Parts: sequence; structure tokens; C-alpha cells
Amino acid sequence: MNNALTALIAICQRELLRFFGQRARMLAALVRPLIWLLVFAAGFRAALGLSITPPYETYITYESYIVPGLCGMILLFNGMQSSLSLVMDREMGTMRLLLTAPVPRWWLLSCKLIAGAVISVLQAYVFLAVCAMYGITFAPVSYILALPALFLTALMLGALGIALSSTVKQLENFAGVMNFVIFPMFFLSSALYPLWKMAEASALLRDICLVNPFTHGVEMIRFALYQKVDWINWAVTLVALAVFLGLALWGYNPAKRLISRKV
Amino acid sequence: MKRFLLTTACLLMASPTLAAEIWVSNEKDDTISVIDVETLEVTRTIPTGERPRGITFNSDYSRLYICASDSDAVQVMDPVTGEILHDLPSGEDPEQFVLAPDNRHLWIANEDDAVTTVVDVETRKVVAQINVGIEPEGMAVSPDGKTVITTSETTNMAHWIDTESHQIYANSLVDARPRHAEFVNEGTELWVSAEIGGTISIFDTATQQEKAKIGFEIQGVHPDLIQPVGFEFTPDHKTAFVALGPSNHVAVIDAETLEVEGYILVGRRVWHLAFSPDHTRLFTTNGVSGDVTVIDVASRKPVKTIKVGRFPWGAAMKP
Repeated sequence: MNNALTALIAICQRELLRFFGQRARMLAALVRPLIWLLVFAAGFRAALGLSITPPYETYITYESYIVPGLCGMILLFNGMQSSLSLVMDREMGTMRLLLTAPVPRWWLLSCKLIAGAVISVLQAYVFLAVCAMYGITFAPVSYILALPALFLTALMLGALGIALSSTVKQLENFAGVMNFVIFPMFFLSSALYPLWKMAEASALLRDICLVNPFTHGVEMIRFALYQKVDWINWAVTLVALAVFLGLALWGYNPAKRLISRKV
Repeated sequence: MKRFLLTTACLLMASPTLAAEIWVSNEKDDTISVIDVETLEVTRTIPTGERPRGITFNSDYSRLYICASDSDAVQVMDPVTGEILHDLPSGEDPEQFVLAPDNRHLWIANEDDAVTTVVDVETRKVVAQINVGIEPEGMAVSPDGKTVITTSETTNMAHWIDTESHQIYANSLVDARPRHAEFVNEGTELWVSAEIGGTISIFDTATQQEKAKIGFEIQGVHPDLIQPVGFEFTPDHKTAFVALGPSNHVAVIDAETLEVEGYILVGRRVWHLAFSPDHTRLFTTNGVSGDVTVIDVASRKPVKTIKVGRFPWGAAMKP
């Protein structure tokens, strides 16, 4: 247990040091959602139309609607970026060093996942602070209630990233992950448009959005920011986390061909 | 003493705990929706005459007057039972009205007839009809009850009527389509909203001259959509809330500096407003979206939107 805790702290420290050492990464993580908020949302202010759907109890601006989705965007990109670092660790040989630690492999991966999620959540809170300065505020208690929703979504997306990283042999191949995972996951979700709006375009599109676990992560954050809970979102996100974590552990099993050849 | 305590207890238990309500007229549904101010839910829907628009209570809230425009009548309702007690002779197409401080004379704008009708609510008789401009709508009475204002939508004027002689003693030009009028600051000022003009004009009551004008500008909203209609003041008359029609916003104005301090997003085509009795909440009737948005007055944020009937128009508070 002592070793396990030491490993967790060490990995978290390493990730945090790495993150704070890369100022450009923090800036990039913030600039991306801010461009969406300040440019995209401003242009689409009137285009969204009006409809009150839970958790909203009154009419909201598009800027307010898009904020939980942009928090999700931060978690998604950071989750994938953390897994990118795993590929790098493997190429550089750092992973071999890590694996010599006297703790089980599954715990090492979980530590990596938790460390990545902590950084994702930190970034999301910085973004929420910038939103507050821009005038999009939530009730003070909402920022506390959003923490478990943000953390669980970050874990789920991080687990997906780790599962994917086990299949990526080289750093160069990661561009494929961007095209085939991040973008579809983000655009085919309720991050930018509510599901009723998607249904107006096509019922199939709405159904695809509904099976996307990212949608449920975003909705979980949205509900938490308005001090509400939709247990279906929690259940889907938890199940997705379990599945992705299982896949990640399976992917990093030394008995598996991919990983045994590289590590 | 024991009997007294027992009687008091029985009386307390017997008296129902009446919560404050907001009554909203639904123009297309021919109904009134009653909203509980505490629970923010519609507790009753009461049928009325055709096309109810302006509504107002008498001073002790024992009667509700309803402008049933397409029934060409002002209806008198018992707010407890929701029963229409009788109609008042209102003239054709009554749209808005104001009850004089004497609680007896109802001054009614007859949109189609270009007249203002004065009705005695006790004798149920028309006391006078005054020719005014075309399509009269906004009605206001000074706190001393000596002057009544009728605004005419097409003539673009506020008509100053002496309540004793029933004569117009002054006309003031306003921007296009004046909709609503209110006396403020103990009757020393008159505020009139102009829907198409997109402004609020402020007149000096003593001279009937315009002394200031307020314009509106909402980022991302076309100026043509900014159409001021109803407005309400906080009890200290320091802040005014103005419904801006199809811009779907309510403006907040510092009534002293006349600066617009902010805009609050509400439902579609906001018509009129009513405060809760403690003035902590403001209720807006959103015509096109068929709902009422509740604004927290202190934070100036919308807290909830409540579905009512089709095309809610007028709003009145009952404590």
C-alpha cells in the first residue's frame, strides 16, 4: 500500500512538473476553447433558436450553453495528450524504467490515468475562471459540485486515451487518433448543439450523439453546473470508464503482442 | 382566557395560507394563468372572455378587471372563485385601462374607436367618452388622480386628460407607436415607451415637455427588434425594468442617471411585467414563446421560465 501511494504521488508529481514546465501547453489548452467561446459562440448567438431543456430552467445565451461542452473539450484533448505522452515514454524508454517499480502494472496505469485527470480538471477550472471574467458565471456551489463530474469525465476520456495509446506504435500515428477519435467524439456530441437541435437535422445524428459517451460526460458536467443530477449520464460515463480501463489494461498486458514487443 | 386561546387557535387553523400570486392574461387562449410566487408554478387556469389583454386588480384585490378585447367588454372577476361576475360597458376593443385612485372610475383605451371611455364600476355606466388619437393603448393616472394619460399608437401622441372636465388639455408628441405610460417620482415625471421608435421619452408633468429620451442597444440584436413596451419601477423609483418586445430582453435602467445598466435574456416577444409583492422577483409575459420568465431583481438574472397559455400579454400581482 505504501509503495502504491508513493507511485501515485510520484507519477502525479511528474505529470504536474511536466505540465507546469510546458507553459505553451497550458496556453494552447486555454486558447482552443476560448476561440470557440469568443468567436464561434458569438457568431452563432442567434442561430441556436430557443428552447428550454433540462437542466436549464430559463432561456440562456449560446455562450452559456457551450461552456460545459468546452470543459469537455479540454478534458478530451488533455486525455488524448496524456496518452500521447505514454507513446513517447515508450519510445524514449522511460516506460521501461517506470515498469521496474514494485507495484502492479494495473496500478501504474491507474496512477497515470489519475495524474492526467488531475491536470485536465485543473485546466477546466482555469477555463471556468476565464469564463467568469468574460461574464459567464455559475452559482459558487456549482463549481464544487462540478468537480466529481469533471473528474469522472476526465478519467473516462483518459482511460480511452490509454487504451488507444496501447495500439499506437509510433508517435507519428497519433494524428490518426486526432482525426478518427477526437474530432468525431467532439462534434458528434451535445457539446456544441443540444440533442433536440441535432434531431432537427437528423434522428440518426441524434442517436449517434446519444451513444457517444462524451455526450454523457458533457451533460453530467452541464447538469452539475446547474446543481442537478441525471443519473443516466453518471451510469453511462461509469460504464464507459470501466470498459475503456479494461481495454487499456488488456492493451498493456505483456502477454499481448503489441506491448510485449515494444516494452 | 382558555376559551379565547382556543378560539384564536381555531381561527388561525381555519384561515388558509394565501400565497402571493401573479395573474397573467393569455391573449390567444382566452384564459388567465395564476402563478404562485413561492413555488413558481401555475396553480390555476381560469377562462375569460375573448382575447384578454390588460388586467388589473382593485385596491383591496377583491375584484379583477379584464380587458376582453374581442368580447368588447371589461369583465369583472371574483379572484377567489374565478367567476366572472358581470361585464362593464367598455366601448369597442378595450386593450388597456387604468383604475383611478378613487377605486371607482376605470379609464379604458378603445383601440378601434379612437376614444378613451370612462366607466363607473359601481353604477356600471359609461361616464364619458373622450376622443383621442388613432389606436389608443397606453393608460396612466397621476397619483393625485387629476390627470389621465392615453397614448395613441398611430397618432404617436400622449394625450393629457383632465379627470374632472374630461377634456384633453395637452398633447405631447412621442416617437412611433407609444405603448405604455407611467407617472413616476410622485407624478412629477411621465415615462412613455415607443415601440417602433425604440425609445422611452420622459416628460415634465408641469410643462408636458419632453425632458429626456432613452435609447437601447443590444449587442448582436438588430435595432428594429428592440421595441420597448411595458415597464415597471422598483418602489424607490431608482430602477426601471423595460420589456423590449421581440429582442427577447428586458432592459435595466438607472432611473436617476437614465443609463441602461444591462439587459436580461427572457422569452420571445416580452410584453409586460409585474413585481412580486416584496419586489424581489419580476415576472415578464413572453407573448410568442407562451411563457413567463422570473427575474431575480437583486442579481438581475433570470431564474426560471414558466409555461403558461398561448400569447401571454398582461400581468398583475395579487398579494
